[in-house]
Formats: sequence, structure tokens, C-alpha cells
Amino acid sequence: MNYIETSSGKWEVVVGLEVHAQIISRSKLFSTASTEFGISPNENVSFVDAALPGTLPVINSFCIDQAIKTGLGLNGTVNLVSFFDRKNYFYADLPQGYQISQFYHPIISGGYIDIENENDELKRINLDHIHIEQDAGKSIHDQSPTKSFIDLNRSGIALMEIVTKPDMRSADDAAAFLRKLRSILRYLKTCDGNMDEGSMRADVNVSVHRPETEYGVRAEVKNVNSIKFLTTAVNFEVARQIEILESGGKVDQETRLFDSSSGKTRSMRSKEDAQDYRYFPDPDLPPLILEQSRIDAIRETIPELPDAKASRLQREYGLPRYEARIISSEREMADFYEKALSGFNPDKDLAKLLANWIIGELFALLNKHGKNIANSCISPENMGELVTLIKTDVISGKIAKDVLELMWSSRKSPSHIVEKNGWRQITSMDTIENSVKEVLADHTDKVAEYKSGKEKLFGFFVGQAMKKTSGKAYGQMLNEVLKKILDEEETSVQR
Amino acid sequence: MYNLSLYDIRKGLLSRKFSSVELTKLFLDRIEKFDGLNAFITVCADNALESAAQSDKKIADGSAGELEGIPLAIKDLFLTKGIRTTAGSKMLENFIPPYESTVSRKLLEAGAVFLGKTNMDEFAMGSSNLTSYYGGVVNPWSRDKKLVPGGSSGGSAAAVAGRLCVAATGSDTGGSVRQPAAFTGTVGLKPTYGRCSRYGMVAFASSLDQAGPITQTVRDAAIFLRVISGYDENDSTSSRESVPDFESFVGKSLKGLKIGIPKEYRIDGMSDEILKFWEIGAAMLREAGAETMDISLPYSKYALPSYYIIAPAEASSNLARYDGVRYGFRAKGVSLNETYENTRAEGFGDEVKRRILVGTYVLSAGYYDAYYMRALKIRKLIRQDFQSAFEKVDVVLTPTTPNSAFAFGEEPKDPVTMYLNDIFTVTANIAGLPGISIPIGLDEQMRPLGLQLIAPYFKEELLIQAGSALEKSANFPTLKEIYHELH
Repeated sequence: MNYIETSSGKWEVVVGLEVHAQIISRSKLFSTASTEFGISPNENVSFVDAALPGTLPVINSFCIDQAIKTGLGLNGTVNLVSFFDRKNYFYADLPQGYQISQFYHPIISGGYIDIENENDELKRINLDHIHIEQDAGKSIHDQSPTKSFIDLNRSGIALMEIVTKPDMRSADDAAAFLRKLRSILRYLKTCDGNMDEGSMRADVNVSVHRPETEYGVRAEVKNVNSIKFLTTAVNFEVARQIEILESGGKVDQETRLFDSSSGKTRSMRSKEDAQDYRYFPDPDLPPLILEQSRIDAIRETIPELPDAKASRLQREYGLPRYEARIISSEREMADFYEKALSGFNPDKDLAKLLANWIIGELFALLNKHGKNIANSCISPENMGELVTLIKTDVISGKIAKDVLELMWSSRKSPSHIVEKNGWRQITSMDTIENSVKEVLADHTDKVAEYKSGKEKLFGFFVGQAMKKTSGKAYGQMLNEVLKKILDEEETSVQR
Repeated sequence: MYNLSLYDIRKGLLSRKFSSVELTKLFLDRIEKFDGLNAFITVCADNALESAAQSDKKIADGSAGELEGIPLAIKDLFLTKGIRTTAGSKMLENFIPPYESTVSRKLLEAGAVFLGKTNMDEFAMGSSNLTSYYGGVVNPWSRDKKLVPGGSSGGSAAAVAGRLCVAATGSDTGGSVRQPAAFTGTVGLKPTYGRCSRYGMVAFASSLDQAGPITQTVRDAAIFLRVISGYDENDSTSSRESVPDFESFVGKSLKGLKIGIPKEYRIDGMSDEILKFWEIGAAMLREAGAETMDISLPYSKYALPSYYIIAPAEASSNLARYDGVRYGFRAKGVSLNETYENTRAEGFGDEVKRRILVGTYVLSAGYYDAYYMRALKIRKLIRQDFQSAFEKVDVVLTPTTPNSAFAFGEEPKDPVTMYLNDIFTVTANIAGLPGISIPIGLDEQMRPLGLQLIAPYFKEELLIQAGSALEKSANFPTLKEIYHELH
């Protein structure tokens, strides 16, 4: 078990998450206004979103399809009948004075995600439910000392709230869950998972207790908008709560706000001040009744998900678990990887080599140019060809890095680049022997030192010989030839 | 000419006996002349004359719509694009809608001319029209003292009764079309829930609200209803049920029709006159060929209490949007909460505040199950009541109200007694059934009384069929003179 140990003994941490995931959809949940991000304030606002008198919500059935897809992808049960409820509260960025949500009968019940902890142990995090709701607008308080501004572009955008059971036991668990959830949602194309744009946000419930005792009182931390902050927030809460308990105090059931600049949480409102949302079924919307055939049709569209894909990559290509998991964490990366391999019948080594080149070198390039794998300047076919050139000793790994750079800028194939620059590795025995002999002839003093026991000079001879071939000599061959010649000379001298 | 029914006016217009412009001028003059009735909040004379002129052209070139050139009044709860829409509240005193409600759009598309927006109880909450921020409406049937027209569609009912328009739209959440129709000697029809789109109607209680016509005759109601009915993609609760030619059921024989008389509608404190007219109505229907029988609707007595839980609950949420942030009235405050408090304290009248408080209370944690959930259960039982009744009978006959119109200053002082005005009408809203009020006669004080017919879901044609028989036998008198300057 994953306990925290302090001078007073062991503590167990319990974490549950409520993740708000913005549904990928061109229009809002109950209106035809666009969901485009980054447009000027109050541009994407329909009469419904502004809650003009007499306006009524009309459900966007694509958003429902997206929620069904998510539910199926997360192993949940799609409820054939669900309802929309109103959550009533006043705020300036909530035009209706209520948020339409699903409180009593959500669209998805149950479900789970398997995560792996740092010891590669599989752990199942169960979901309580997933419900659909509309987002509120944005209040902007920092533009004027006396005024607040309201932007309703976000008002009415469809969200899924994915609520877990309290199944996580550490900040790492929570971070692994959120990463995995984001990966699956991206595979499903139901949420883009961009936490910095706010299209995925998490509220996290944290409590601590002594092992083998009842769960502690939990605090809900709001406004956690990155995986790094999630870890910080959970760790801060755990430390805070343990400190309170160890000094004989009691943890309050309260809502706390995470401040990303300080990495701390602070009290927002206590349980006593908790709002009464007066949930009741929204009379403007009939029950959401789903046909089994609709659910079945959506099931057909679900792609192979990361877990299944990682297992298959291991099985089909003999890829090690670690590489398989990284490659399959993003659908585009996995597609790229498989496409790169599709040109030939790869062996285990090549499969691993390709994975490492994608994870290492290609990713560094993508980051450098601010691109992602989907809009990479290097095609999967060319990437496959590059590692084949390495694998078949046509070029060295060192040269391959230069080739990759040129592949990016010129978009040409690696073999074209290698030929054009004459970068083909020199594997001709004669050429290598000649350059070695030349080097040894040029440095007879050093050869003598070498022979008197200064064996470190071997590297010097390699470097000089490489220089003579402009770095293109096949390293392994060069080493062998050099060794052979030096040995021969030695025996000839002794003789 | 102003006494003609919608049907006759349409005939006159199409046969070019008179023009829409002439007609519109006539009604605009009457609106001005009888300004003392306070039936209108906003009169749109210029707009009306302009569209009347267009209608005349259309009639001339043979492209007339179903209601071409007919001057109507619109309850000030229907959003009319570019024309102020107040819902009888200070909150929306200067609200100019940027879009048209579906019901009024359908009327415009049929060629109707809008004379103006009629007075109403604030946010349709009331049975007297006395809760309007724009003052009470005087019932044109007033003689020695000012009578209320009923509510909440009091302005529309008074305008139709006083012939300030040919017909008018109303809306009915608990009786707001039928009760004022009964008080003013007009025909008021509340269609099946979902028959007409609610899009663009200022919401009171979403699961109960339904638009409906207030007209002079049953035939007029049939013509009007057909125009405003039908599925609307902007209202998810509107029905795809096909819309029959309601007018063809006017005067149709009642042979074989079974009329149910529910015993539970005989309540304490009901006037003998109402009971007498109820019996007369039943006799008239029998005479017209129908069969009447006693039925039981045992849960009806719980309809009013459950209505006064469900309607305020929904209203408390529906009216949350009037917060002074985006449109409508705003009172200043130093903080957001204070702005809300000041805006809503000054912007809403007492009756609206009372219902918001009741609604907030019944939805609160700890009370939700005790009140709201139980009211929903009763609602189900009332539906079942009617379902079993309609296995035996085709239509149900009841009085529309337990009393006739009361005078200004003589209205019940405690709200609960006031709510009893709706006792016979709320059941149709709770069950979602269509109902109609037909003027049946005058009581001893010469005040109109109405009888109500309730039919199964989407069977408005039965209301037209039975209603036209009642109308014919009742031969309700025409209003001779309007004393509008009473004090």
C-alpha cells in the first residue's frame, strides 16, 4: 500500500476527481452558436445563450452522440433514459440563473479507467457516472477597478462531467488518471483535452486517514487546470490535512481554491455556506430517450483505444512495454508509428529503434518547431526509411541526426539527402585501411607511445581516421581495422 | 362592423366590402376611445396601418393569407420583434425584443395586423389583472362599478369583449385564457400542452404554459387555433401531432358524443347561479344529441395545491434571468449581490415576489421531496384520473370559474382565496389537456358566466364541436354599451 509516513505513523490518502471535459462540437449544447475558441468577446452568443425572455434550449444531438461515445470508451453503461435538471444559482456569467445539467439521472453510469503506477502495477479507477451539462460564461475582473466584464462566448458550451469513485491513493494516481483520461478522450475525439485553454478542468476531492480506519473528511479543491497543478494541489492538501490532524485539529468539509502561483489552496466556502442549488427537472426539455440502435452504431465508431493498442504493439512488433505505452498514448503518434512500419516487415530491433527515434529525436524537433505529430514536416514513410538506413548500416546514428534535420527543412526522403550529401557510410575495406595507414604513418611518435602502453591513444587514431573520411567511415569497421593493423605492426616488430 | 366575428370580417375583407386599412383605423379609434379600459400596454398604430395597407394589396392581388388584414391584439407576453414587450412588469418596461415569438410570427405570416400589446398580470401571475405594473384592466361588462376582467390575459379578454380588436392571443398556465374569457363573455381556448410553440413567450411555468386564442365565437377560436398550432424546432416540448381543420367541426352533430359531469367540481361556496348554468349547459348538450353522465375525478381536489407548488417552483427558476445584467430594468448596487437585490426588489411586484419565494422554498433541500416531488406524483394521478374518465366519455363539462367577475376593491384580500379562481381551470394545465370556456349567460348582476369543456390530448376538435353546440343554444347576448369611465 501507498502510505505516507510521518513521525506520528502512517496516513492513507484518498483522492476523487470531477473532470469537466468540453465536448468537441461545432455548436453549443442547446443553441446553434459556434464554439470557436479565441474569438472576440460575446461574438458567439445566441439569444438562447444570453437567456433572452422566451428562449428555449434545443438539444444538440451531436453532443449527445459524443457523450455516448465517451461513456462507451470509458467502459460505462449508457442509460436509455436520462433527464436534464436545472442547477439554480445567481452569477453574472450565468445568464439563465441556472445551469442545465443532469443531477438525478445522468446519461452514463459506472465505467472505469486502468492506470499504471510507477511500479508498472495496474490499478483500476472506477467512475461513478458521466453527465452532460452546459458551461457558464466568463467573468473578467481585472480590466477595471470598479467594473467587471462578462464574456458569454463560453456560455452554453457542452461539457461532460466525469466523476470518479474515491479510488486514487496519491497525487501520482490522480495525475496518471488524468493523463490516461485525456489520452482516451483524444482517441475518441470527444474532448481535445487542452487544459491550458480550459477545455479540460478538474476539481479534486482529497482526504487523509489512518490505515484501516474510516475515510477522513474531504476538502474539494477547485480550479486545477494542469496535470502538474493537480499533483501540487493534492500534495499540498495532503500535507495541510495531516498537519491539522497531527496537531489535534479537525479537517473542515469545505471547498478550496487552488492558487497556481503559490501552489497552495485556500478556503473558498465552508459546508455551512454551501449553496442550495434547488435542482429540479428542466421542464423545457423532454426526457432524453436513446434507441439501442443509436448506441450500437456509435459503438462501431470507437477506435482501438490506448490500452488495446499498447498490447497489440507489444504483441505484433515485440515492442517493449514502456515504448508501447508511450507510442500509444496519442492516437496520432501510434498512427504515425504504424504507418512508418508499414513499408516493410520489421523485426523487433527495428520496431524499438523506430519507437526510440520518434520518442527522442522526432519529438525534440516537433517541440523545437512548435508542431505536433499530426502536422509534422516529416512523413511516417520517410521516418521509417531513416531508421532502416541506420539499421542496415548505410548511415551512422550520428549522421542520421543531421539527416533528420534536413528531412524536416527540405521534406525530402532520407536516402535522397544521404546520396546528395555523400553521407553514405564508408564500408569499403580498402578505403578504411588506407586512411588508417595514413594516420599511423603521420603519427609514428604516437604509435610508439601507444606501443609502450599508452593505449588511450587508440581513440586518437580513430578520431584522426574518421576525420580523413569526413566522419563517414563505418565506426565499427574502422575500429576493427585499426586494431588489426596496430596488432600486426606489434607482432612484426617483435618478430 | 366592429361587432363582426373574425369569420365574418374575413369574408368582408376578401369580398372587398371594406378594407383592412378602414378596419384597422376603426379599431385604433376604438382603442383610443376606450382607453379607460386600460386593455393595452402598447398600441402600435403606425405599424398596424402599414401592415393593413400591405394586406389590402395582398387581398387585391389574390395572395391573401388565412388571417389577411385582420386586426388582432397580442398579449404582452409574446415577444414581438421591434415592439416593446413588458410581460406586465417594470422589469421589462423598456425591453424591445430582437426576435418574434413563434405564435405571433405564424399570425403575421397568415397576414394578421397587430394593433398592439395587451395588458396582463405581471409575468402572467394573477387572476384579476390587478398585478400588472401598468395598472388594472376594466372589464367592459362593468355597469355600476369597475369589474376586473380576470387574468392573466385580462387585457386580451377585455379588448375582445369591448371590440377593440377582432380577436387576441392569450396564454394559459392555470386558467389565464379561460377564466378571463368567462369573466368577459368571450371564448377562450387553451390547447393541449405542446400544440403551440412556447418559443418567444415570456415563461411563467414551462410545463404548464400554453398559448391560446380569445375570440368572440367558437368558430373564430377554431380558425385562430389552426394558424398558431404546430411543431416548432425551437421548442422541444412542442408536438409533431398533425393539425386538423378545427373549423370543420363547428356545428357538427353531437350524436353519440358522451359528456362527463364530474361530481368533484361541486364545491362549497359555489353560487347557485353557476350550478344552474352548469345544469342548463348539460341540458343543452343533451338537446343537441349528446349523452351526459356523472363521472368522478377523485384527485381533482389536489390539483390546485399541486399547481401552486409546481407553477411557483418553475417560475422561481424561470424568472432568475431577470437580474439586471443583460437587459431590462437594473437598479444600482455597490456589489453584484446588492445589484441583484435592488433590481429584483424594485423590478418585481408583490405577487411575483410571493411566487418566487414559494417556488424557492418548495425546491429547497429538505422540502423538495415533501412538496415538489409530491406535487409531481399528484400530477401523475390527475392525469390518470382523466385517462380513465376519457375511457367512458368524450368530453368533460364543468363551470369555468366558481364565481363571476368581482369589482375592483372587492377582490379577495388573501392570496389563497384569490387562487381559488383557478380551481376549475388548473386541472387541464396540470394534466396538459385542452380546455375551452364558452360564455353561457349572465348572472343576476348582469355579469358573464362561462362553462368549460375539457377534451383528451390533441382532441381540440371535440371542444369546437361541443362548444359550438353550447354557443348556439346559449345565444349569449352582445355587449350593448361600454361604461369605461367608472371610478
